[in-house]
Amino acid sequence: MLSEAAWQAVWLTIELASLTTILLLLLATPLAWWLGHTRSPLRAAVGALVALPLVLPPTVLGFYLLLAMGPQGPLGQLTQAMGFGTLSFTFSGLLIGSIIYSLPFAVQPLQHAFEAIGTRPMEVAATLRARPLDAFLTVALPLAAPGFITAAILTFAHTVGEFGVVLMIGGNIPGETQVVSTQIYGYVEAMEYAEAHWLAGSMLLFSFAVLLVLGLMNSRNSRLLP
Amino acid sequence: MRALLAVGAFIFCSCTLAQSAALNVAVAANFAAAMQEIGAAFESETGHRAVLAFGSTGKFYAQIKNGAPFQILLAADSQTPLRLEREGLAVVGTRFTYATGRLVLWSKREGFVDGQGEVLRSDNFRHIAIADPKLAPYGAATIEALSHLGLLARLTPKFVQGENVSQTYQFVATENAALGFIALSQVYSQGKIARGSAWVVPSELYRAIHQDAVVLAKGRDNPVALEFARFLRSDTARRIIQAYGYEG
Repeated sequence: MLSEAAWQAVWLTIELASLTTILLLLLATPLAWWLGHTRSPLRAAVGALVALPLVLPPTVLGFYLLLAMGPQGPLGQLTQAMGFGTLSFTFSGLLIGSIIYSLPFAVQPLQHAFEAIGTRPMEVAATLRARPLDAFLTVALPLAAPGFITAAILTFAHTVGEFGVVLMIGGNIPGETQVVSTQIYGYVEAMEYAEAHWLAGSMLLFSFAVLLVLGLMNSRNSRLLP
Repeated sequence: MRALLAVGAFIFCSCTLAQSAALNVAVAANFAAAMQEIGAAFESETGHRAVLAFGSTGKFYAQIKNGAPFQILLAADSQTPLRLEREGLAVVGTRFTYATGRLVLWSKREGFVDGQGEVLRSDNFRHIAIADPKLAPYGAATIEALSHLGLLARLTPKFVQGENVSQTYQFVATENAALGFIALSQVYSQGKIARGSAWVVPSELYRAIHQDAVVLAKGRDNPVALEFARFLRSDTARRIIQAYGYEG
């Protein structure tokens, strides 16, 4: 069965994925709204930037993060000036890495949801004298609920499956940066295949369950969408 | 039609080329630089090309067990070749130590690491990078040396672990860790430490890191594989190996 170290990695992974999901939804909502409605010439460039983590190998992303977070890197200089020291090998560093890594998985479903709603419901709300923020909170947000659910599940699951970035900036510290995926990798490398199987098997079941729930929800929600 | 023929001829040629160069060598990551030079020397001397794959010994073990097409393994330890031999995946009697690794404490900053390793007793650093002792022989040697020095308990909270010695080097080279224990071969060239500051850990503090090579079952009937194993023990190869800071 799972060892104590494996359980610690499981809890840390859940903590990392939950925090990433919460912070990322807060960040992604205004960004997705802007991408869904702007006519700015910057739209294509920003959209491409957001999608970049889909295409880049995670180790590339991780390596640049390692360079950026180091004492000579721009992020490292900033965090040192603010008195936090450097972020590599810390939970906060992993959190920042995960937010960047999962960005498209939160922004894109939200953007599609906002685009599907269109401008019409917001205009109607405006004629009923709702202020823009009020209209956004009471009209757009509830209509985009399926998009939020999709974004949250995808972000959570994608963070759980994150490997390359964690490997590059984590340093494999138990209870701080040692998550399930790096733990499995360690077991396989150390030829401890029994431990690896337990953890990897649980991960497989978890991933399947997440995607199954997502699929079931999508087929139910598609009736709610216009 | 002519273009199609040309494409066909090209594919045919590249297949036969690939067949004549069918020596696939799996090489431990810490030996990458030396191996490239040895591979080039082997090719110019014998005309045979060795296709090199670099990675961790643990990963190679899993791949070889599952039918990977390697004919020779240059491991980072001596246990893995022995294990492969016992499991019938390597040719009995072909194991030998091709290099003995040396451990070094290294920092990218000039003057940060002193010649006696006294820096380890100071509080001048937040992280110290080591290779994962469960996975990498250099990591296991680090733990052994630190416990001999009586510093293990004190330094453990500052450990950041690379999954192999290449990643450990990366942590130190990007200065995310101020210093770290790596393989001398990674920072050694032309008879001296090429950059930064270093303390070569005295060899009596840890058991020797014997890196063994073995001819794998898939190389049993391949004369080029046996020739390569012989070449690895030649004076040419030994000179290259020593120039990279290994005891040859």
